This record gives sequence, structure tokens and C-alpha cells, in this order.
Amino acid sequence: MNRKIRENFKLYTGMLISGLMLILAVIGLKFTPYDPNEMDVSSKLAGISMAHVMGCDNFGRDIFSRILAGIGTTMTVAVGTVFIGIVLGTVVGALTGYYGGRVDEILMRFNDAVLAFPALLLALVFISVMGPGKYNVMTALGILFAPGYARIIRGEFLRCRNLDYVQSAKLMGAGDMRIMFVHILPNAFQVMLSTIAIGFNNAVLAEAGMSFLGIGVQPPDPSLGLMLSEAQSYLFVRPGYAICTGIAMVLLILGFSMLSEGLENNA
Amino acid sequence: MRYIGKKLITMLVTVLIVTLLVFFAFRVIPGDPAVNMLGIKATPEKVERLREQMGLNRPLIIRYLEWLKDFFFGDMGKSYSYGSSVSDMLKSKIPITVALTLISFLFVIAIAIPLGIHTAKHEDKWYSKVLDVLNQIMMSVPPFFIGMLLTYLFGIILRWFTPGGYVSYRDSFAGFISYLILPSLAIAIPKAAMTNKLLKSSLLKESRLDYVRTAYSRGNSTSEVLYKHVLKNAMIPVITFLGMTLADIVAGSLIVEQVFSIPGIGRLLITSISNRDYPVVQAIITIIACIVILNNFIVDVLYKMIDPRISR
Amino acid sequence: MLDVIDLNIEFHDHITPETVVYDFDLHLDEGEIVGIVGESGSGKSMSALAIAGLLSRKHMKKRGQILFDGVDLLTCSRETLRKYQGNDISMVFQEPMTSLNPVKKIGWQVGESLRIHTALTDDEIRTRVLKMLEKVELPDPEDVYDKYPHELSGGMRQRVMIAAALICEPKILIADEPTTALDVTVQAQIIKLLKRINEKTGTAILFISHDLSVVRMLCSRVLVMYHGRVVESGDVNEVFDHPKEEYTKRLISAIPRMEKLKP
Repeated sequence: MNRKIRENFKLYTGMLISGLMLILAVIGLKFTPYDPNEMDVSSKLAGISMAHVMGCDNFGRDIFSRILAGIGTTMTVAVGTVFIGIVLGTVVGALTGYYGGRVDEILMRFNDAVLAFPALLLALVFISVMGPGKYNVMTALGILFAPGYARIIRGEFLRCRNLDYVQSAKLMGAGDMRIMFVHILPNAFQVMLSTIAIGFNNAVLAEAGMSFLGIGVQPPDPSLGLMLSEAQSYLFVRPGYAICTGIAMVLLILGFSMLSEGLENNA
Repeated sequence: MRYIGKKLITMLVTVLIVTLLVFFAFRVIPGDPAVNMLGIKATPEKVERLREQMGLNRPLIIRYLEWLKDFFFGDMGKSYSYGSSVSDMLKSKIPITVALTLISFLFVIAIAIPLGIHTAKHEDKWYSKVLDVLNQIMMSVPPFFIGMLLTYLFGIILRWFTPGGYVSYRDSFAGFISYLILPSLAIAIPKAAMTNKLLKSSLLKESRLDYVRTAYSRGNSTSEVLYKHVLKNAMIPVITFLGMTLADIVAGSLIVEQVFSIPGIGRLLITSISNRDYPVVQAIITIIACIVILNNFIVDVLYKMIDPRISR
Repeated sequence: MLDVIDLNIEFHDHITPETVVYDFDLHLDEGEIVGIVGESGSGKSMSALAIAGLLSRKHMKKRGQILFDGVDLLTCSRETLRKYQGNDISMVFQEPMTSLNPVKKIGWQVGESLRIHTALTDDEIRTRVLKMLEKVELPDPEDVYDKYPHELSGGMRQRVMIAAALICEPKILIADEPTTALDVTVQAQIIKLLKRINEKTGTAILFISHDLSVVRMLCSRVLVMYHGRVVESGDVNEVFDHPKEEYTKRLISAIPRMEKLKP
């Protein structure tokens, strides 16, 4: 009883924080108080004021606007990454899980090898081949996340393949494609929900890490990781810059990690 | 023994696959390394001679095998940007990153295991709820942000440490290690929080099982039950997680090195990626990959030692 | 030797407290085998766990007395209780698979009570464990000693559990449905083993079961429990041949052709 409320509390808090960040992200993509890239030399490293609630950075850009826009960019990259990962993972997982056989075995071996490595490291290889930038980060991370999703989808398909309702759908003359995508897939996504939330987090972390290193999102695009690496140089004079940016990142990750745990406990 | 042999073969195969992938990944890049080295103004004859010299005209698979052989004997080629031998460049940097990784890993274990046991034991106390919330937040803080917070707190407010004042291990080993403490903590804190959470839930799950009741029925005290019976069982998932964590820590250290201006392989890797200095990137990635694979092998063996049910 | 007087057990982990055992009384003499029968949820296992000192003290209230050689196990300190557990009172459970620690060797688990309660050396413990494994009729004790629980069959595991429970030559062995999880043929072997051990060592057995025929084969006296209360008790043959309570009659009539199973 008590336990259930506590787990739901996690889910609701997660939803609350994530919802808030989502709203900030939407605002950040369109309606920031200032243009996040507009430089104003006169307010270089300005402190907190009515005009700039979090002050300005080294180019005189409004930090609050940049954080909003940064949340927007980071979320876009994360959503894009998860989307690419899910599409690829679902196709591979569904086909291998449903048909099985030799191809399935080889692909899963390959999958395990990829999963054993930190995604960030492999993303670095991709980036060094493809070059940095928002879209390359998305593609690289998306491809790297696919094996994880493929594995879960495959497991679900293996399990569902022989269930009664799939067999009866078969008897009623449903084609393989119809069975896979109409009958099995919706069930598989149920299982995927918490994994998707975790994937989102990993994407945020990886994007932030890569942008922090200067090989992710490229300036002048605002990104939380990029801003943190800029803020580091001004830690001494304007610690608020780094702290505000960092807190935005923590909230983004915290919301989704609580959401994912809440979903897992609910299932 | 057969289990270990089997894992050893899997490990070698994985190393082959990974090196193959890395090797080919850097061969599909557009652009001719010979042209890159000589500049676009070089005459075709010159380029051709260099291509011959670099062995670029031979089939890829032969080049891969040669590269593998050279790599195995410590010859990792020459850096495009510096012209010096990659192995010489890495020689002084690898110990730094390895030290950072190991200290971080030790921190994870030293923080997470006692904390996990403690919080599982005192689950009902008032402060365990507070610790849970704190733990949840710590799990969500990226290491480089923790690094900046630590720099701010200890370097700027308390002045216990000089930001950027890296000490080489050649100059002073003690100074080197103490400079690495904060970066290691930055890497360790989120991982320790995750490990703590996993250990705690694993301990609580195990302590509800039947064999615990049996242990009590023989006259064991609560802490005897915990240390002699429950802990070993509860550690099984934690070991797997710690194995993955070590691999993550290697990746995390690449970033944190930047925050604390530590001249490890992380910085070299980033500059080499920006400069498209592929031999260096390839060597570093391969080395890290080998470390990760070796680490997975050790985890597998440990796993077998702790859980007799594994026989695959 | 063992006297349980007016034992009441209440749970407090729900909004309304729930009593699972009312006014339970039991007397157990040395060398005696007493059975407790009842359906699941009748409170028989709860009473047994309480006697073994295994009901956790959280969310739970126990009233009454459990006197073992004059010492009240309900009110004595945890340390005193531990001195009896595994040494004078030991227990065998229903599920031998989950009741054994999966990552510890059989020999270690069987010898554990000896390590806790005696000052014997490792060699002496090993000898005693091997002897005990032989006593519970396990083939090749040396081999079993170094095995893990998952490498044994269900029947062998339960023999291991019995060996571990008897290693300190306890005065009371509480067996909570020890045969329920086993095959029928193995069940009979385990019952016979318990009987032989009782005859040889004089260990008293408190045998909890829902299987009346087994209880009749093994026990001299029996308690019938229903909804947390002892509804009838007395000599096995007396209770089974001339049941006084309606519930006991119904229980007995539910057994198919008892006569055939008489020893």
C-alpha cells in the first residue's frame, strides 16, 4: 500500500519535472526573451539584473535565453537519437525475433559486442569519421542505441511469436507484416517504455559530453554541454553561469530517470 | 577451466571484430592520407611514392593484418599532425588515464558498497528517505558538472587545491595522486550512486528469500546472515553492473580530463579527432576497446567464481 | 521440554490488525513426534515459525509463552534465543531448493550450525558433516560435500536440509511441510528417514502437514488447526478414529481410503 504510493510518487514527480522541461524546451525553441545568439558587448559577463535574470555570458548573450534554447537543442537531439534508435532497433529486432535463424544469431553476436562498449566511445569514432554537428551526433548516437532496443524488441517478438493470439491471427490469414506490426509491436512498446526513458537520458548525457568536448553540437548553436564548457572558463568570475546550466541538465536527466523508474515499477 | 577457455576465445574473437571495425571505419573516410600528409599541392608522382611507402596500394585485408601485427608489437604508426610515433606519444599518457580510471573505480566501490549495505540495513530510519532522494539526484549529475562544482568548492571557495595545477607523476607521485582525487570523485559520484541503489535493492530482495530464514534458524545473528549469506548473493548483479561501470568510467575519464586539464589520452583523443589525425584516434580507440574487452573477461571469470550456477 | 501456552500472533502491517493464531497450546516431550494438521492459512506454519523464533519482530505482536526447558523464548534476549536456534531447536522447510543458499557448498551449509554453536576445528566439523550426510542416507557424502544445491535433486536437497538441521543433535526438529514439494516416492523415503532418526537419536519432531495420512503414519499425537485455533488435539488414533469436532470429521472424510496407508 505504502510502497505503491511511493512508487507512483516517483512516476508523478518524474512526469512533473519532465513536463516542465518539455515546456521550457518548446519555449526555448521559439520564444526566448532574447535571441540566444545575439551578442551585446556592453553587457559582457553582466551580473543578475531585471533585464537578464541569470546574467550574460562572455559574448554578452542572455544566459537564461541560452539555457532555454540549450534545453531545446539538447531535447531535440535526444528525441532524434531515441527516434532513430527505435526505428532501427524495431526493424532489426522485429525481423530477427520473428524469423530467427542464422542471421538472427550473427546479428545478436554483433549486438552484444556493441552493447559491451560505452556508447560515448563509439560515438567518438563515428564523429571522427563523419565530423561534428547536431545531426551527426543524432545519427551516431541513434545507430549506437539501436542494438539495445533491438535486443528488447527481439525478446518480445520471440515471446509473442508463439502466443495464442498470434497463432489465431495467423489462422485467420493475417500476413507476417500484419502480425508483426499490428499484433505484436504494440505489446512490445509497452515493455520498451522505461527503456526509452533511460535511452533519452543516455542521449542527453552523451550529447552533453560530446558538446562539452567540442565535438558535438557546434557553436553558435546553444547546447547545455557546450555552454558548460564555456562557463568553465568563467567559473571564477561568474559561477552562476555554470551552476544554472548544470542544474538545467540535472533536472532534464533527473526527470526522465524518475519517469523511467516509475514506469518500471508500474509495469 | 573450460568456462574460462571458452570466455578467452570469445574475448579474442571480440578483439578481432572490434579492431577490424575500427580499422575499416577509418578506411572509408573520404580523402587520401598521402595527400593529407603532403598537402594538395603535391605532385602526383610524390603522392604515388608516398602511397607505396605507406603501403596504401595493397589490399585492405593485408593492410589490416599488417596493422594488427605491428600494433601487437607496439608499433602504432605515425601521427599525421606531429609526424612522431604514436606509441611514443601514448606511452606517457596511458598511465595517467589508467590511474584516473582505477582511482575512480576504487572510489565507486569504497563509497557504494558500505553505503548500500548501510542503507539496506537501516531502510526504516528517517534519514534513509533523505539519502534516497539525494542518491537519485546524484545519479543524474553528469561527471563534468560535478567536476566543475568540485573545482569551484575546493579550488575557489576553500582553496584546498589549485585548479589546473596538474602534477606529473614523474615529478611527484604523491602530488600526482592527490591531484587526481577530485577528478576521480567527479567520475565516481554518479556511478557510486547507481551502484548504491542497485546494491541496496538487491540486498533487500535477497533478504526476503527463504534461505535467509534458514540461516536465522541456525542461530546466525542479523549481521552474520548479511555478511555470510545475503551479501554474496546480492553482489551477483552488482558485479555485472560494476563491470559495465568500469567501461563507462574509461569513457567518463576522457571528458573529466578536459575539466581538470589532465594530459591523459582523453585530451590527445579529442585534439586528434578535431585534427583528423586518424592513426592516433585509431590507436587510442583500439587500446580502450582492448581494455574494455579485458575488463569484460575479468567480470565473466569473477562471475563464475561467485555464482556456481553459471556453467555456460 | 517444550510448552507453548496461550500463544497469540497478530499482524499489524495492514490498517486493521489481523490475528492469525489464537490461544495456541502445545506440549512436546523428549523423543515425541507431534503433528499439526490443517489447511493452508490455518496458522500451523505461523505457530511453528514462532516456536523456532523466526517470526520477525516488526509489524507483529506475539502474546503468551513459549517455554523451552523453562526459558520463555518470546521474552528472552535475542542472544539467548540464538543459542537455542540450530543447537536445540532446528527447522526444516517446505522448499528445499530455495531454503538452501545457492552460492554456498553443501558441506559448508550443513556444518554451519556447528561453527556457530561449537568450538570444533574445521577437520572435526568436516568429519561430523560427512557422518551426518551418511546418516541421512545420501549416497557418496564426500562428493555431495563439495556440491552446490542446484546440482542435487529435490529429495537429496531435503536430505541435506535435514542433515543441516540435525548436525548439532537438537532436542526438537520442526519440520514444516517437509515433503509437500517432493515426488510421492521421495515423500515416503523422507518420512521413513525422519522416523528412523527419531528412533535412533531421540530427537523430538514437530511435524506440520496438511496431509493427514502422513501425520497418522508418523506422529503419536496430533493437533488439528482451523482458522488460527486448535480445534482438537490428542492421541493420533483417538483423534482420527473418533473425531469429536465437525471440522476434524470433514478433514478425515476427505482422505481417500486411509486404512490402506496405515503402517
